[in-house]
This record gives sequence, C-alpha cells and structure tokens, in this order.
Amino acid sequence: MRGAATTLRSELIGLSGIVERNAYIIRRYIWMELAFFVWTLANTLTIVFIAKGLDATGSHIDVNRVTTVLLIGALIWSYLGMVFELLTETVQWERWEGTIEYTFMAPLSRPMHLLGTGLFAVVYGLLRTIVLFAICAAFFDLRLPHANYAATIVILAIASVSFIGIGTMTAVLPLISPEKGVQLGYIAQGILLVILGVYYPVSVLPGWMQALATISPATYALRGIRSAIIDGAGIGALWGDIWPLIVIGLVAVPLGLEVFRRGELYAKRHGKLKRSG
Amino acid sequence: MFSSAVVSQFTVDRAVPAVEVCELRKEFRRRDGRRFRQRRRVAALESASFAIEQGECVAILGQNGSGKSTLVRLLSTLLLPDGGSARIFGLDVFRQSRAVQRLINRVSVEASFFKRLSSIENLSYAARFYGMTPRQTGAEIPRVLERVGFPRERAGEPMEDLSRGMQQKVALARALLTSPALLLLDEPTTGLDPRSKLEVQDFIRDIRRVHNATVLLCTHDLVEAEQLADRIGILHRGELICLEPVEDLKRRFGAETLEQAFFAATGVVLSSEGEEVED
Repeated sequence: MRGAATTLRSELIGLSGIVERNAYIIRRYIWMELAFFVWTLANTLTIVFIAKGLDATGSHIDVNRVTTVLLIGALIWSYLGMVFELLTETVQWERWEGTIEYTFMAPLSRPMHLLGTGLFAVVYGLLRTIVLFAICAAFFDLRLPHANYAATIVILAIASVSFIGIGTMTAVLPLISPEKGVQLGYIAQGILLVILGVYYPVSVLPGWMQALATISPATYALRGIRSAIIDGAGIGALWGDIWPLIVIGLVAVPLGLEVFRRGELYAKRHGKLKRSG
Repeated sequence: MFSSAVVSQFTVDRAVPAVEVCELRKEFRRRDGRRFRQRRRVAALESASFAIEQGECVAILGQNGSGKSTLVRLLSTLLLPDGGSARIFGLDVFRQSRAVQRLINRVSVEASFFKRLSSIENLSYAARFYGMTPRQTGAEIPRVLERVGFPRERAGEPMEDLSRGMQQKVALARALLTSPALLLLDEPTTGLDPRSKLEVQDFIRDIRRVHNATVLLCTHDLVEAEQLADRIGILHRGELICLEPVEDLKRRFGAETLEQAFFAATGVVLSSEGEEVED
C-alpha cells in the first residue's frame, strides 16, 4: 500500500515535470508564441468575415448568428489544433532537441508522460482560446446576451479528455516515422476538418461522412458550445451532447494509450527511439 | 555529498552483479541501395555475454559502428533485443524496465538538452521524472553544478550559449542528480578540449570513489580507457572479442601497448575520431 502511494507520488511529480518543462519552453519562445497567436487571430478573422461578406452580397442571413457560429467553429478548431499539435510534436520536438532518449529512459510511466503533455495542452489551449474569443467578440461587436459560459467550459473540459485520447493516437506517428510522422499528423487533422462540421452543419455532408462525424467528439463539442453560447442552453439541455462526449472519452484515452504503447514497442524494436542526426 | 533521495527508495541487491549480459543480440534492417524496397539485416551486436561487478568500471573499446552505442541503448531500455538477456542489479532490463530505469542514468556524446532552456531549467524538469520535488532540486541542483565545476553565474543562461565542455558538465550533473547506481557513459569526452576532457575524467573517478557507482564506459579513446577502467573490452563489428584487465589484454595479444593489443585483436587501428583505419 505504502509502495503504491510512493509510486503514485513519484508519477505525479513526473507529470508536473512535463508541465513545468512545457511552461519553460513557452516562456523562452514567448515572441514566437505571440507571432503564432497573431497568425491564428488573422485566420480566425478571415473566416468570421465570411458572414459579413455573405450579407454584403445580398444573402438574407442573421449576421450576428452566422458570425458567432463561424467564430465558435474557428475557435474550437484552433483549440483542437493546439492540443493535437502539442501532443503530436512532443516526440518530434524531443527528437530534434536530442532529449528523446533521456525522456524515454526515465522512470516515468508513458500514461503520465502523455497525460502531462495533454494537461498542459488543454490549459494553455484554453487560455489562448479565451483571449482569442475576447478579441474577436470585441472586433465584431458580437451581442451574446444569452451566452452560458459555465456550460461552455464544462463541455470543453469533457471534450478535452477525448481530444487528448485522439491526440495521443496522432502522437505515435512521429514515433514510428521520424521523417514524415508530423506531416501525417497534419493530414489526419485536415481530414478531421472536413467531417467535423466546424464551419457548416454536419447535415450537409454525404451520409458516409455524417456517420464518421457521429464518432468524433468535436461534433458534439461544437454543437453543445454553439447551443450554450448562442441559445444559452444549460447542462441539462446539453446532456444529449455531453453523454456521447463522456463515452467517446472513456474509449479514446485507453485506446490512445494502447496505440502509443504499441508504437513505442515498434520504435524500440526498430531503433527509432533516438535523436535526429 | 549528493542526495540519495531517489536511490534510497529502491534498494540494490548487493549480492548480484551490477550488469549481467547473456548472449545479447540486436539486428537492424537497413535499406539495400541496390534494390527498390529491399532491406537487409545488419547485426549491430552479436551474442554479447559479460558481467560487471558492483563498483567496477568497465570500458568497452571500439570504433564507430562497432556496436557500443547499441549496447548502451539496450541497457538504457531504449531498444528491445532480438535475442539474449540483460540484467541490471538482478532486474530484467526488458521485463522490469521501470525498476531498472530508477537505477541507471547516462551521459552520451551529445549533451542533449532543450537548447533555449537554462541548465537549471533542464535539470529541474529532468529530475522530476525521477520523483525529485522542487524543494529537493532547489537544494541539489546548485550543489551538483558546483561539484562539476559549472560556474554559478551562468546557470540561468540558455544551453545554446554554453560551450561543448560546459554542456557536457551539465550532462554529468543531470546524471548525478538522480544518484544512479549504474552510470552508462557513451563517449562522454568525444569532441571536448583537453582541459574539459581531463575534468570529466577526474569527475568519473570521483563518482566511483564517493558513490561507489558502477560505470560502463564506451569509448574509442585508448588512453581514457586505460586510465579509468578496471577491465577493458574490445567490441568489433558487433562482437565482444575480450573483456579483461588491461595487463591481461596486452599479455593475451603479446602487445606492449593497448593500441597494439587493439590492432592485434581487430586488425584495425583506432583513430582519435573512432573511425576504422585499415592497416
């Protein structure tokens, strides 16, 4: 019992080490982070301007509503991208810096290693998304009188568990393919973008794509967050989106860890667990 | 002198050898340039067997590509073997890897740090992986850095602004911080200037004297091997030809120097860069 408590304590300290390291890296690359934030802001504004563009070309739309729908899509996509990127690039980054061997030979369990990376990605991604939302809302002078922000945070927190699980699956790509793994991760993200209904309702997709969208956590996260922000829906009203997120999360995290475990075994068998160059 | 906070949690069985390697074998598949998508199997380590006693320092000599790094990476739990077994303090390296990881650390030819982070930042997060709390590292890191001769005023500078020698001192500090019972050194002085090289070598002696740490030193520096090791092994094209005290080695090959013994054993001269030179 005492041995288990000691091990758990050691693992949690290790997890805090991952969060600490990533915080140091963000601090040391703060100007790059700011530049990347400006790039994300520019992308988000470009997408959200589409609502005003449609209005200007004579389409009869509720500009405030469409602007909000597009903004939520762009923000969630940016958040998702941040979580996936931090998880996927964690291996590649370490390979490039040369620390990969030291991290993988340390007595820290892989679930804690990946959970630490995911936890940092979620917290940092959330902070970034909140700032992005505040700037965009002010820029477009959005009126959101019914917005239920507490429900939004709850949905995003539950969805983040699934995002970490799926991100862990994509994190295995640079492990098994040092040269092209990260690019494969971007391809996976691009395919997700098509089926998620980030900028349009999933109902406009062909049937087989809609079927794929039903197993994606982002589908429920987007629908739930839009309902909470635009219509002010509460937790009770959002239950139809919350329970699939919980189920997907319960499946995605163990599945992601198992995929990574197998990837790590492959890398150890084929000598791919080493620095670049 | 150094904290034993980490190691004290995991008692080492004093009755077993520090390292026991039996018929250890590793192959890699390499692309065959002549045929499209064809791969051939290359043996990196061929049925190596040896043991290292606790507190002993063993040097493995070999040129680049002889299998030294493969051996270190196998013992570091970074590779899975194609055959054979390896035990560290009685623990199976491949089946009880977490327990083994708590007992080992390594210093390799490349210092391997996050280059924008300072030495303190790099050491802090790395020590967390071994269960060291901020309070422990707050006290230990300055002490260890001072011990390896790293100037205190440069502890906040990014690693990329430090010389190779300085970076290697921080690498030694990283290994020491976790009080390893077995230290794996993979060409730790390659590329260092003579002064830094001597400092690192002095430090390896100190680790053994103060900590009674077991050291496996892979190198292509004959002088370094002779000065530091109790026994010397010669690894050639994946095959461990011999492992014995330097005088026995010279006697066995009828050589006056270690260099001559190495040549007699392998048929090649070991250059200072570790490249194979056919004679």
